[in-house]
Amino acid sequence: MPGRSTVHLVDDPAWVRWTLTAVALGFLTLFVVAPTVLVFVEGLKRGWQVYVDALTTPEARDAIRLTLITAAIAVPLNTAFGLAAAWWITRFRWKGKTLVVSLIDLPFGVSPVISGMVTVLLFGAPGLLGPWLQAHDIRIVFALPGIVLATIFVTFPFVARELIPFLETQGTEEEEAAHILGAGGWQIFFRVTLPNIKWSLLYGVILCNARAMGEFGAVSVVSGHIRGETNTVPLYVEILYNEYSFAAAFSVASLLVLLAGVTLAAKKLVEWKARDLRRPETGSAP
Amino acid sequence: MAYLGLVVLIPLSTLALKASSLSWDQFWALTTGPRALASYRLSFGTSLAAAGVNVVFGAVLAWVLVRYPFPGRSVADAIVDIPFALPTAVSGIALTALYASNGWFGGPLERLGVKAAFSPLGVGIALTFIGLPFVVRTVQPVIEELDREMEEAAAVLGAGRLQTFLRVVFPEMLPALITGFALSFARGLGEYGSVVFISGNMPGKTEIAPLLIMTRLEQYDYPGATALAVVLLLASLTILLAINRLQSFVRARGGMA
Repeated sequence: MPGRSTVHLVDDPAWVRWTLTAVALGFLTLFVVAPTVLVFVEGLKRGWQVYVDALTTPEARDAIRLTLITAAIAVPLNTAFGLAAAWWITRFRWKGKTLVVSLIDLPFGVSPVISGMVTVLLFGAPGLLGPWLQAHDIRIVFALPGIVLATIFVTFPFVARELIPFLETQGTEEEEAAHILGAGGWQIFFRVTLPNIKWSLLYGVILCNARAMGEFGAVSVVSGHIRGETNTVPLYVEILYNEYSFAAAFSVASLLVLLAGVTLAAKKLVEWKARDLRRPETGSAP
Repeated sequence: MAYLGLVVLIPLSTLALKASSLSWDQFWALTTGPRALASYRLSFGTSLAAAGVNVVFGAVLAWVLVRYPFPGRSVADAIVDIPFALPTAVSGIALTALYASNGWFGGPLERLGVKAAFSPLGVGIALTFIGLPFVVRTVQPVIEELDREMEEAAAVLGAGRLQTFLRVVFPEMLPALITGFALSFARGLGEYGSVVFISGNMPGKTEIAPLLIMTRLEQYDYPGATALAVVLLLASLTILLAINRLQSFVRARGGMA
């Protein structure tokens, strides 16, 4: 092990280590842990029964159902697109690639309020397609389709964003080998590419789903806040909170915190799997 | 790719189309009224302040997470992502309850004479919460990739630890710090959900720009909302473009070395 003897030279002094660790963890506790813990404390303040009741009112159930439907439409669409786009971007050479990558990223850079607003501008009564839609009695804004469209826009980049860097570092050798051995395009995709990317793909899908279920700003603009009809879970949390039903608001909010917890656990899992995959490779390298 | 056009291009060109139907004078009037100006001041000011706080603490956090082994490190590492994973409405009500005058932090702060919730400070706190992962996750990989042999060389050549940090480590971290700052800033400009609860939303005082867009939309003032949206969108696109430039510049420099 060369360099072992000089390692102590680049270690920070103990007091620096302790101070920085304390500052870092203090900041994290104050700014991130405290609000998260508070959700559960406030939700359970009035007892378990109130907590469960808040989650099982008809309005809460409607909100949960709407959120699930929205995610069930938006997530598969964006997953299919993300897969296709990532494959196309990393496996073929063509002009304008950087432009397309920036376009995919665009929804990340747009305020959620603006994301919702473009849906209203396009489909709302004074919007481009508004008069035509009205004439045909199709409701998009202030109804389920609008919520779904806004959600698709906001969650658009997640899967592609997760897959593109992964596919880039992975290279094409295995796929070329499969091609030489006579596999067709779809066969290569399902037998070689997909098994390799499954963990990144899973994480992308989970991130996409988390955002789809949790989106607030964009959905708030297009929903119209019709109780029992166009209230998603985050919007329902807002209503409860504004009505001073704090315990109920935090009970419903805790569902969304659990969703975030699942997302983070999935992230850790994917990181472990990625490390497992890398380890044998580096071990056998000459 | 048709899907990309359908989902991203068409909606955004609608915005451009709507904006182009305004004359320049109308646009100017809609975007520079006193209420709009006050909302920019608040949004830009608090986003800058939050990004500044996050750069300092985010860098320390990233450094500690990479360099110092301590029990619970991987838990702390996971916690950093909470603001990113938590729906903004949840962050919003949690932060408000925390900093309101009867909250865990708001009570003690009020006794010190500091009003946290329903003030610009509250907006800054929410934006700090939201922006933190952007700084940590940008700086962390750079610290992981740092060549410790360079630090050893500096130490062997007689540099003190502080000198090594300032002359060897810090310059390597700087592009990531700037990128993290910009990402946190850009996110802060557009943020809505986590801010509306804690800000109190008083026009001219604690009304952020995205909320003013929302208000105008609710009053069916579509030209007014569009004009503001264009300003906000241009600001965030400029920042993101600058980040891309910075990153390709850094990559080019690394390639030459």
